[in-house]
Amino acid sequence: MLKLKNNDTALFLAFCVMVLAGPIILAPLGAGYPDLLQRFAIFGIFAVGYNILFGLTGYLSFGHAAFLGVGSYSAVWMFKLLSMNIIPGIILAVILSGIFALLIGFITLRRSGIYFSILTLAFAQMSYSLAYSVLTPITNGETGLQIHLADPRILDTKSTDGSLPSTNLFGLEMNDTWRTTLFGMDLQFNVGFYVSAILLILCFYLSIRIFRSPFGLMLRAVKTNQNRLMYTGVNTKPYLLTAFVISGMYAGLAGGLLAAMDPLAGAERMQWTESGTVVLMTILGGTGTLLGPVFGAGAIKYFENIFSKVNDSVLAGWFNFMPDWMTDTMVFLLGPFFGKGWHLTLGLVFMAVVIFLPGGLMEGASKIANLFGKRKNKGSVDSTGTPAE
Amino acid sequence: MDDILLQILNGLDKGSAYALITLGLTLIFGTLGVVNFAHGSLFMLGAFVAVIVRKIMMISSVTLDPTRTNFLGKPLEIKTTYIEQWFGSFGTWMIDYSVPIAVLVAIPVMMLVGFVMERGLIKHFYHRPHADQILVTFGLAIVLQEIVKKFFGANAIPQAAPEAASGALDIGVWLGFAENAVIYPEWRLIYFFFAVAVIAAVFSFLRFTTFGMVVRAGMVDRETVGLLGININRRFTLMFGIAAAVTGMAGVMYAPILSPNYHMGMDFLVLTFVVVVVGGMGSLPGAVLAGFMLGILESFASMNEVKSILPGIDQIIIYLVAIIILLVRPRGLMGKAGVMED
Repeated sequence: MLKLKNNDTALFLAFCVMVLAGPIILAPLGAGYPDLLQRFAIFGIFAVGYNILFGLTGYLSFGHAAFLGVGSYSAVWMFKLLSMNIIPGIILAVILSGIFALLIGFITLRRSGIYFSILTLAFAQMSYSLAYSVLTPITNGETGLQIHLADPRILDTKSTDGSLPSTNLFGLEMNDTWRTTLFGMDLQFNVGFYVSAILLILCFYLSIRIFRSPFGLMLRAVKTNQNRLMYTGVNTKPYLLTAFVISGMYAGLAGGLLAAMDPLAGAERMQWTESGTVVLMTILGGTGTLLGPVFGAGAIKYFENIFSKVNDSVLAGWFNFMPDWMTDTMVFLLGPFFGKGWHLTLGLVFMAVVIFLPGGLMEGASKIANLFGKRKNKGSVDSTGTPAE
Repeated sequence: MDDILLQILNGLDKGSAYALITLGLTLIFGTLGVVNFAHGSLFMLGAFVAVIVRKIMMISSVTLDPTRTNFLGKPLEIKTTYIEQWFGSFGTWMIDYSVPIAVLVAIPVMMLVGFVMERGLIKHFYHRPHADQILVTFGLAIVLQEIVKKFFGANAIPQAAPEAASGALDIGVWLGFAENAVIYPEWRLIYFFFAVAVIAAVFSFLRFTTFGMVVRAGMVDRETVGLLGININRRFTLMFGIAAAVTGMAGVMYAPILSPNYHMGMDFLVLTFVVVVVGGMGSLPGAVLAGFMLGILESFASMNEVKSILPGIDQIIIYLVAIIILLVRPRGLMGKAGVMED
């Protein structure tokens, strides 16, 4: 039915269940609230898309945040001009970021290796600077693009109660949440999350199909040895460009969704550190694996939102079974890594992953699985190959 | 004419910083073949050496003056730094000259940082792909930045140049222009000469010493030099230390121009890489040339006359130049064939 092999079908179905049951699974971890769940799904899309470029071809792009930003801006413009229905916004976000990716990719893919990284970095920084300065009429500069009551919104009926309309999907508002309690846990099922989750599942399905297709095989051949491929008479450029545009469109979709959940767009979404984050997500989860990027995105967003809220007093609460002086020592020792210092922990974890586990969390998981004698192969592709240079 | 001179001068100090950082980056890249994304952090650490030196000098004893009161009506607290108590007016002089003194401190400190970085981390990445090198040093950059943020906070910490060098010079008058046409801060001029001196020192070290000769030979063909019985790795480690020291000194001297903050490393990193590719990966003269060139170009682009024709050009000129150069002259201005092209 899905045109997948048995293994992949199982993986895909497991993934669907996992994502759709997200609010239930993540509630015990304290991550079951809509805002964070939406981010899990959206950045999952971003990372899955990035993985199609980096994981398959080994081209390390440091400029994908630009597409995220383009997606956000175009979605907000649609909300301003056409309708608060998210469909036109998201469609435009994907199309525009695709075009943008086509232009940038056409130029940057003339070089490979570190030059490609620096070129993409330069383009992204350029878009960021322009969004801040000259393009202010389009991007609203530092304030960021917001929706106003006075915007035309030609497809919508004018709101009369004087409050800003919220984004919706044919009347279903994105911030609608159905709450219930189960075993004392507060479960929140949010429309916005399910919209993102369904798109994530679609994107994930597409990514499996790409990984298993002749096209994906060609991309992996580029990663393994581009020169040899060229000697056999294959022009690799169209394949690379397609991969670049696809991953740019994924990023645009993620940007559009970000705007759909919270209708504003700012230039800081295009900064190169944001591109760095998606690289971190992909590497952390496992480059070139199917599930890895989603897990990586989840892990980083979880860190960002949960880890950063653990302050010294919470820490002291964890250790208060110990004698006082030991509690104080533990808080003193661990304090810098929690709360505001979560970036430090992130950096250290990331370094540890690159040094010891180049395959990311997925490799770690399969190593542990092998340790217990179970041969569990979670659809991992060759993750040890060297990237193209 | 005086406008043009002013823009060139304005570009010089930023260009000097670019040139010094890029020189360090290229030294590391040319010798060890490592793409170091933590290089901006070395610049930032250098700037914070200046902060630390000043902080240490300002440690003071507090005495109460019962004859005077502060605004709360309590006896006035008078802080006297220990350094002034011990050395008298020489101590005052030292505090005033904290930045130049910090340069001397920075050389051993930054070399040590460089050694630790190379031996502790980067050594293990010589045989891994460049992407891995980029990623691990990127992680290191985040860690260093966060540690600095933890200790010094998120706000910039202004540093003063020595009293004698904090004024401005009317350079235009010397060259026959009208008075007040070309006014330039003294410290920036000093920064430029400092940069030239350091660059000259590095080049002559590589050119005229036996050590430098071996290093240059190692840059061309590491294996053969190793076969001749020379421990080239140890020399390369030392070069990493020197590169770190050069970058650190650039940071120290830049502290009075740009108040040190924890993210200055990342800010400069992107530009530095752009400068490197413009100059040509692995070419030392190219790095210096491109550094100065882009600094001056940037300052020309921020002239009002230029901005009125091409709005926003000052923000993107460097990236634009880099993109054009990479596409037209893929090896950069002075790059050699075969570097990073496999």
